[in-house]
Amino acid sequence: MPVGLLGRKVGMTQVFDEGGQAVPVTVIETGPCVVTQVRTKDRDGYEAVQLGFADKPRRLATRPERGHVADLGGKRQRSRQAAGVEAAVKADCEPKRLYHEFRTDGEEHGLAVGQELTVAHFDGVAFVDVIGTTKGRGFAGAMKRHNFSGQGAAHGTKKVHRKVGSIGSSADPSRVFPGLKMAGRYGHVQRTVRYLKVYRIDAENGIMLVKGAIPGPNGGYVTVRRTNKNRFKQQQAAQTKKK
Amino acid sequence: MQHKLLDLVEKASLREDALKFEVGDTVDVHCRILEGDKERIQIFNGVVIAKRGSGTREMFTVRRIVAGEGVERSFPINSPKIAKLVVKRHGRVRRAKLYYLRGRTGKSVRLAERRARKDEVEATEKS
Repeated sequence: MPVGLLGRKVGMTQVFDEGGQAVPVTVIETGPCVVTQVRTKDRDGYEAVQLGFADKPRRLATRPERGHVADLGGKRQRSRQAAGVEAAVKADCEPKRLYHEFRTDGEEHGLAVGQELTVAHFDGVAFVDVIGTTKGRGFAGAMKRHNFSGQGAAHGTKKVHRKVGSIGSSADPSRVFPGLKMAGRYGHVQRTVRYLKVYRIDAENGIMLVKGAIPGPNGGYVTVRRTNKNRFKQQQAAQTKKK
Repeated sequence: MQHKLLDLVEKASLREDALKFEVGDTVDVHCRILEGDKERIQIFNGVVIAKRGSGTREMFTVRRIVAGEGVERSFPINSPKIAKLVVKRHGRVRRAKLYYLRGRTGKSVRLAERRARKDEVEATEKS
């Protein structure tokens, strides 16, 4: 999987395309991300690139968090160095609020610790997937959570307008089947929206515009990656054929 | 308050010649219409009965009577498809949404004319 980027959802708006049509777009503040660690087969058993996004004030970061991104020169480390143990390479940046690893098994990614990735990383990418955490809706009823129809507003309906209704048969089976859709916690789960068209990339301001909606509230953290949907591969193949 | 990055994105989509009109004005909306590959201008004339939204999402609604039947059309204020907007007449109104006109026919649809304000006069002279 090619390395994606971390970002923050700014919000939705609409812009006009060349034909004068209004296009609904989501603005994503994408990057800059810092490569904080490169995992290798030899040392970690798998290959991946770890990115960090959004600075965390040093006073809020724990010592391990600070030590992850910069050389703190602690006593133990000094003694280890004296013993000839090679220290891990650090990005030498501020502690980050958000980290994410992108698996790069068997790929040439050419990234080194400390390198900064901006939205320009997505230049030429036509479609992306956006991974985010949906808005938490708390304990929600069956109508909101499972799109149930509820019951009538009139015709003698009494105090049950938004209720589930029947949840099963009577004496046979004498129980409620597991997994039945009912009211409960709704939202605040990870969701991926795939194959979103990249409408514009604004490297100057570090933002990208994608057509359509993405999960989460404004200001929520998201992960953006090249789409892994097959249609993309097909289009790519078609384009290379044309060339 | 809106995020400054959102404002930045919207700014690029706002029209340079901001349309100047108010609710209650009788206007001619010049719309660009594509027929095949030919472009022509169609004029929609009527009274502005509402404005809503902000930024690129701002819309306005124009109402007119066609053959005794009320017709309303909403336009995005910043749409590039609006070639021009000409204010024909200023109406004296006391509210922001003139939905009460929907229930009216005949003479009662008319709005009393209002004298143009200084800045409005200058705007029409310019155009």
